[in-house]
Amino acid sequence: MQLTRAGFLVLLWLFVLAALRVVRSDLYAASGLRASGLPGFRRSEKSARGSKAPRQLVVTHGALTGTRISLDGRPILIGRADDSTLVLDDDFASTRHARLSMRGTDWYVEDLGSTNGTYLDRAKVTAPLRVPLGTPIRIGKTVIELRS
Amino acid sequence: MSSPVPTGEGSPGASVATNTSPGLRPPTRRGTELVMLSFAAGLVTLALILVELNQERSLSLRILYLGLAYLGLFACAHLAVRRWAPYADPAILPCVALLNGLGLVVIHRIDLANEGTVFPDGSVWDPVAFKQVIWTAIGLLLFAATLKFLTDHRMLARFGYTFGLVGLVALMLPGVLPGFIAPEINGAKIWLRIGPLSIQPGEFAKILLMVFFAAFLVSKRDLFTTAGRRFLGMDLPRARDLGPLFAAWGVAVAVMVLQKDLGSSLLFFGIVLVLLYVATERAAWVVLGLGLFSGGAVVAWKLFTHVQQRVANWQDPIARYEKIGGGYQISQSLFGLATGGIGGAGLGAGRPEMIPEANTDFITAVIGEELGFVGFAALLLIYMIFALRGLRSAIAVRDSFGKLLGGGLAFAVCFQVFIVVGGVTKLIPMTGITAPFLSYGGSSLLANYILVALLLRISASARAPQRAPKPKPQQPAIADQHTVMVERPK
Repeated sequence: MQLTRAGFLVLLWLFVLAALRVVRSDLYAASGLRASGLPGFRRSEKSARGSKAPRQLVVTHGALTGTRISLDGRPILIGRADDSTLVLDDDFASTRHARLSMRGTDWYVEDLGSTNGTYLDRAKVTAPLRVPLGTPIRIGKTVIELRS
Repeated sequence: MSSPVPTGEGSPGASVATNTSPGLRPPTRRGTELVMLSFAAGLVTLALILVELNQERSLSLRILYLGLAYLGLFACAHLAVRRWAPYADPAILPCVALLNGLGLVVIHRIDLANEGTVFPDGSVWDPVAFKQVIWTAIGLLLFAATLKFLTDHRMLARFGYTFGLVGLVALMLPGVLPGFIAPEINGAKIWLRIGPLSIQPGEFAKILLMVFFAAFLVSKRDLFTTAGRRFLGMDLPRARDLGPLFAAWGVAVAVMVLQKDLGSSLLFFGIVLVLLYVATERAAWVVLGLGLFSGGAVVAWKLFTHVQQRVANWQDPIARYEKIGGGYQISQSLFGLATGGIGGAGLGAGRPEMIPEANTDFITAVIGEELGFVGFAALLLIYMIFALRGLRSAIAVRDSFGKLLGGGLAFAVCFQVFIVVGGVTKLIPMTGITAPFLSYGGSSLLANYILVALLLRISASARAPQRAPKPKPQQPAIADQHTVMVERPK
């Protein structure tokens, strides 16, 4: 009698623990955030390029803070449009707001006719400007920068 | 709204491995779900065996068949998920299966305790466990149908206003209809009687109104974030944007007054507030809403005797034990919980016939008595895991409507559990409301199964690999292109 009583409670808690285990092993699968940090991938790139070249774009302020996108030479579109590389959910950003593209070894930012403008450090971007490492680019409420 | 959406991968320009490549396809984890479901069915069968043993009834193989039938029922639901929402969350359905199964066992156990009881008005106790089994089966059918026909949760957003209207009508209908269609049962006017069936339209209205609010807030979000005056470190909304909040408040107060249903009123207003908060990230809305609700509650307390009774029963149930409409119910529930103590009396060994309304509003008190604090805590944790997975899916899903709806649905279940368990344990005034999946009641069960199907649909769209964007035709750089001589038109 006492045994069955305790036994059932133990089994009930085992169910809770099993459910928590499922949740734990599933934590990253749903968010997709883990994918940005595949270690093997980054290392191979490091050897391919010099250590000074920017290798990722990091969001430092705004709703998407912490998001990282690795750079592989293809241009990066930023805006509210669904097909942008960095989709901003920000009322102050335009549908197609700005583009980062690589020429030679440098990255350039250009404004795609946005309403509220794109700022590199303090300067408004009117023509394609070279983006140095670690310089903030402000788009609406979001700030991004390039890091090596 | 501002959760970090994994926008990076899957699009050109990011060198992140795309989810679509066959090697990295995320696991659907349907196998895990099946294992967990079997575990839940095993636990439910064991619970049933314990009840029968403790009630000193003869054990037969029939119990095993019942257990297998239960597993079969949920295996069908599992197959439906496997077929129509393969990437749905693996933890949600087993949690629901366990809660529903334990609810069934406890309802059966209350039937056994009350077998043959003759009430003062001459009626005999009517066993309801079998009816609840039928409701469960219908609920799972609805669940599968929802998964099949709702292939994308964003389809719902298109019918937002229709749903809102239907939901509002359903919510208010029992309050305004005359007594022969909408009888007052146990002091609350929340039922519609159609022939032999009694339905509680408020349970379905809850979901419909949530869909409406999510769709409405997504389309009008900019309005609500427009800052008005700053006050005490909060951005207060502009006065003219307060309309929807006042409308929701009016509906909540009308439900409280017309239907004498404090629980639904609180639940409805709480959901609206949370959706507003999730959509705008402004604490000001919550503060304003809570202020409004407290104001309304105080006025209702001054004006209506049934509210005064509830509050007085909450403050000191035992002093009002003998009074009509007094603290009898809450006192008995507290006595039951106290009898249970830490380890519980054991399934089937408690005295649930002492607790009034044991198979609906006070079912958690029965569980608290028989499983004790330890079992009750496990039960609450299962609810928590359910809500957690719902919120997780809401964070991970990519569209704003899904985020709002998922968050709202998960919160609604959580809040409902809080209201009912808070009432049973005398944390807040008791407001008759069902415990999701546990309580006896067809409407509540059906509505909650639709809710689970919606959550699974949202989680499936959150976890499914993003479809690769169509490769754009690669245009060679300008310099590489052929030069074509075009003759100038003369």
